[in-house]
Amino acid sequence: MTKKQKKTLLRIAVTAGMLVVLELLPWEALPWGGVWRLVGYLAAYLLIGYDILRKAWRGICSRRVFDENFLMAVATVGAFGLAVYTHSGDYLEGVAVMLFYQIGEWFQSWAVGRSRKNISQLMDIRPDYANVERDGVLERVDPDTVAVGTVIVVQPGEKIPIDGIVEEGASTINTAALTGESLPRTAKVGDEVISGCVNMTGVLKLRTTKAFGESTVSKILDLVENASSRKSRSEDFISRFARVYTPAVCYSALALAVLPPVISLLLGAEAGWGVWLYRALTFLVASCPCALVISIPLSFFAGIGGASREGVLVKGSSYLEGLSKVRRVAFDKTGTLTEGVFEVNAIHHSPLAEEQLLEVAALAESASSHPISKSIRKACGKEPDRSRVADIEEIGGNGVTAVVDGVPVAVGNDKLMERLGIVYKPCHHVGTIVHVAVDGQYAGHILISDRVKPSAKEAVAALKRAGVEKTIMLTGDARAVAEQVAGELGVDQVYAQLLPGDKVEKVEALLEEPGGRLAFVGDGVNDAPVLSRADIGIAMGAMGSDAAIEAADVVLMDDDPMKISRALEISRKCLRVVYENIVFAIGVKLACLALVALGVTGMWAAVFADVGVMILAILNAIRCLRP
Amino acid sequence: MKKTYQIEVDCANCANLMEEAAQKTAGVAAATVNFMTQKMTVEFGEGADEKTVMKAVVKACKRIEPDCEIEV
Repeated sequence: MTKKQKKTLLRIAVTAGMLVVLELLPWEALPWGGVWRLVGYLAAYLLIGYDILRKAWRGICSRRVFDENFLMAVATVGAFGLAVYTHSGDYLEGVAVMLFYQIGEWFQSWAVGRSRKNISQLMDIRPDYANVERDGVLERVDPDTVAVGTVIVVQPGEKIPIDGIVEEGASTINTAALTGESLPRTAKVGDEVISGCVNMTGVLKLRTTKAFGESTVSKILDLVENASSRKSRSEDFISRFARVYTPAVCYSALALAVLPPVISLLLGAEAGWGVWLYRALTFLVASCPCALVISIPLSFFAGIGGASREGVLVKGSSYLEGLSKVRRVAFDKTGTLTEGVFEVNAIHHSPLAEEQLLEVAALAESASSHPISKSIRKACGKEPDRSRVADIEEIGGNGVTAVVDGVPVAVGNDKLMERLGIVYKPCHHVGTIVHVAVDGQYAGHILISDRVKPSAKEAVAALKRAGVEKTIMLTGDARAVAEQVAGELGVDQVYAQLLPGDKVEKVEALLEEPGGRLAFVGDGVNDAPVLSRADIGIAMGAMGSDAAIEAADVVLMDDDPMKISRALEISRKCLRVVYENIVFAIGVKLACLALVALGVTGMWAAVFADVGVMILAILNAIRCLRP
Repeated sequence: MKKTYQIEVDCANCANLMEEAAQKTAGVAAATVNFMTQKMTVEFGEGADEKTVMKAVVKACKRIEPDCEIEV
């Protein structure tokens, strides 16, 4: 509880006590009883309502009437005035209404404060300190002050404060706070570890590779904390609604106070000013739009918090809303649906032993940094002995020729074979084909392909189940490869052989087509323009590319494509809660106002209804947190 | 230039009104109030002095909601 909340609670308790005493005292027996009674109630009223009256007065002074303070002040002062004017002596009502209103306000402030804290705690991955070893003694320092390249020590149970590379020690680390993935990862010497993860078993010594401000954890925190700065259409709707609603209610109340008595007078009946004035005041009391105004941002906040716990970072409530409306999803292929790691899949038509062919190819390719060369070297399994290779010549777009163990070797594609006049056997498999010729003789080919992610097929199916009507794949890869992958995964439409610039054009063309909102999922740096162009840009495996994180609206912390449908489900649920709250809060409010206008409900019940709706709306909003 | 300030405000509607007040202050290009994280982000206009602008923002917000706090 804050200081203000404690103070209000005390005021509520004292006022309640005073009211009990005032009700029980035998006023008739006292001299000047009536006057003292009025003074007593006035004192209680001022105690509980002085801040409201002050705010209402300030509102009038700054020509900003029609807020809830004004409504409460008018209603309760009106009730008091009515009691004095009619000599009914019913002062209790004005005080009690103010009391209930304050209880409601207090509860709202308390409940919202609590849920805010709960949600913030979920997102609390901020490391408070880093351990730096100085003269053999561990010292706790502010992570902000640690320079790049410093060795820091992370004990078991501590958060890794800064991104770095393991220099010493081995451990398992828990990435759940960042990725939602509960399976711990291992970290050994030479591994890169990211900040925000929790070190679980062993002591790690890290050499930092980034400053704290540039580390993963700072970036994520920045992203989450600034998330709600972009408001959704639903929130805008509420702001606009509140702006129109309050004046509308005030004029309705005025009409309620004046029109029926005047009409009765014209019809020759009794005016009944008192009754209608009372109803008009009650109408004002019942009209506060708090439940609505509080529950919508709270729902979004809880939704964003719940999503971030699962490793889905949403940059603002407008994107959460946009995500829930996605009907088409376009994927980048490499790195999104496939691992983006090339692997030797098969070796065909080789007169040599497979290991021998791989070794020859690896030696010839030993100087190249192309991903294909890397995959051949990896499949070969041992570091190539560079002294066995001579005269390496790389022919761009073709391949490599070299002399291995004194024998000329050519490793490359169809074009290289044609260029050298070697008869090669084409491959009917899909993937990248690397032909090998030894001493001018064809020695078979190596089939290299990218591996489809194990969960990719299930992820595409899950998207369909989640209501996505069309899935599209955009790739720079060859048509045959693209179509094979698309067929395997069940993707509806394929655009292959696209240059990075073509992807933007394709997405723009898709945006023109009817068919609902389009999300684009990608990972690489060259996806950034596409990510920002699509209705919703989703960046995957965010640990890698800063440019992609910057451009994306939704960031998936790990690179599991299943997270895409999960993100969709979370957003849908959150938006459902938002709509429920809008309909529920407005519906109950209008029903209450109608009942009050008809004279069915009194002032107390109206205030109770108001607080009740608010509590239910807050509880409903908190549901967004639990997926 | 963009800066974020810690704020203290109790009701969501007041936060909305504070946002509106801040946006209307001279020297402020854009302002958002995040009730949930209790933060106000102010983007200053070209050539505006941060201190004087924030003074005006605080004054405008206090007029709307006397109970609010902005840590400048």
